[in-house]
Amino acid sequence: MKIILVFTYLPMGGIVIAFKEFSPFKGIWDSPWVGLKNFETYFSGTYFIRNLTNTLMINVYSLVFGFPLPIIFALLLNEVRSKSFKKSIQTISYMPHFISIVVVVGMVTTFLNPESGIINILRSALGMEKVYFLTKSEWFRPIYTLMYIWKETGFGAVIYISALAGGNQELYEACVIDGGGKWRQLLNVTLPGIASTIMVMLILRIGGMIEVGYEAIILLYQPATYPTADVISTFIYRTGLGSAQPKYSLSAAVGLVNSVVSLMLVLFSNYISKKYTETSVL
Amino acid sequence: MIKQTNGEKIFAFFNYTILLLFGLSIVYPVIYCISASFSGVEAFINGEVVLFPKHFTLSAYQYLLEDTKIWIAYGNTVFYTLFGTTASISISVFGAYALSKTRLRGRKFINFMLMFTMWFHAGMIPFYLNIKELGLLNTRTAIVFAFACSTFNIILLRTYFSVVPKELEEAAIVDGANDLYVLFKIFIPISMPAIATITLFYAVGRWNAYFWTMVLITDDYKMPLQVVLKKMLTVLSATDEFTQTSSDTFISYGKETVIYATIVIAALPMLIVYPFIQKFFIKGVMVGAIKG
Repeated sequence: MKIILVFTYLPMGGIVIAFKEFSPFKGIWDSPWVGLKNFETYFSGTYFIRNLTNTLMINVYSLVFGFPLPIIFALLLNEVRSKSFKKSIQTISYMPHFISIVVVVGMVTTFLNPESGIINILRSALGMEKVYFLTKSEWFRPIYTLMYIWKETGFGAVIYISALAGGNQELYEACVIDGGGKWRQLLNVTLPGIASTIMVMLILRIGGMIEVGYEAIILLYQPATYPTADVISTFIYRTGLGSAQPKYSLSAAVGLVNSVVSLMLVLFSNYISKKYTETSVL
Repeated sequence: MIKQTNGEKIFAFFNYTILLLFGLSIVYPVIYCISASFSGVEAFINGEVVLFPKHFTLSAYQYLLEDTKIWIAYGNTVFYTLFGTTASISISVFGAYALSKTRLRGRKFINFMLMFTMWFHAGMIPFYLNIKELGLLNTRTAIVFAFACSTFNIILLRTYFSVVPKELEEAAIVDGANDLYVLFKIFIPISMPAIATITLFYAVGRWNAYFWTMVLITDDYKMPLQVVLKKMLTVLSATDEFTQTSSDTFISYGKETVIYATIVIAALPMLIVYPFIQKFFIKGVMVGAIKG
């Protein structure tokens, strides 16, 4: 308990530097107060709009492409009759979840290497020009999303697979007797059966929207791709920790905005969840 | 067995095909990395490596394993995983035990304080400055203890502990047992599956941890594998002119296959272990969802 106190509550005292002009020589308490200046700097600067857009866009990408895939995967798997086939595909699909993000990003960067990466070797074999995709800002979001899909689709399906396994067999039989084919079974029995699980997962996703996988982004982005890759949390990292002249106060101010918005999103999603699915996600 | 209609047969065929393709797309990148790491550099650069190693050689591994850095990094990762997981699970078990007792004074308040950390963080900078003020920058202590608990896991464990039958505990107390005895002889044995699950959660998290170790540790000899790997990848995948000017150059010849060897070495322990521990993770996800 003390650990939590020291490492999560003590930093909360440090939030005050968001309202100060922090200087490492003076320490937290002796640095001068500057009111809301740090917040003004951020909101009136060009970074705010860019970071917000990128945070939202990366979420939209992973929501549109990444969210339905585990569901589809679980549905397909549910139709498989061979136990051993099902088991092996499941086990294989969980693998990337256990591989560290550094390794996954390492794989992506080496595959996309302009000289020796497989992608460009293939391109040149097909007579196409070699492209360094990781320096092209228009490619950042697709690459990030694909990576995310590869890593988490299999494991993300776990929850749906278990929801499907709890499905009511009698309903299927009734549907078959009524002459319902696979498609009818899917629409009338399977989907309604897992609808509440889907809802809860969606709400959880929205609650965690602002916390995009910044670890992966920091590993994957480059100055050339900042225009589409730089999100709020990577900006906090870069201004505060990842630079030679850290602007602690500005970074802390942005961090505070981030935490507050995140808290609001969590509370909002919990409210929605309570209202529509009668389960509290908190 | 109900006879399948033609439509069902066609559906089953497509279903198996799609799933097979999906499975292949998951495995292929990993196989490719392994094959590339065992291939001759020439063959690799010419794009001859497709599925199996060409011109089989161990030179990439030889090169890599001769470097002491990778061994130190491995040792560090093992150290952080071992001690970190031990610290994490002990704190979680004690914390969850205390919180599962209704006689704990101020239980509601402590619970709220705990939950609150899940919803609100001070942020990166205050956390960093806090570590700094505590004098823990660049120390192993910070890595082992600052990330010791996950609120979520404590709550998970608390839920498990709270369903342990009261009668068992009461009987033990009548026999004169104290809290430690009750915890170690009753709660821990009964909740072993849950504790195993959470221990594995912590261990895999520790093994794969990157961001904060990267930020907090500046000495090379304290760095874990993930951080060293990232550094090596940056150096190795830099363009040629850049590599020559870099002082940290690892490899001049055949760096392409060495990159893959590094990736394989870093991922290997997890690839070997995961089939055996996956069922715990699945259980953890499901319990979390029911609670959640």
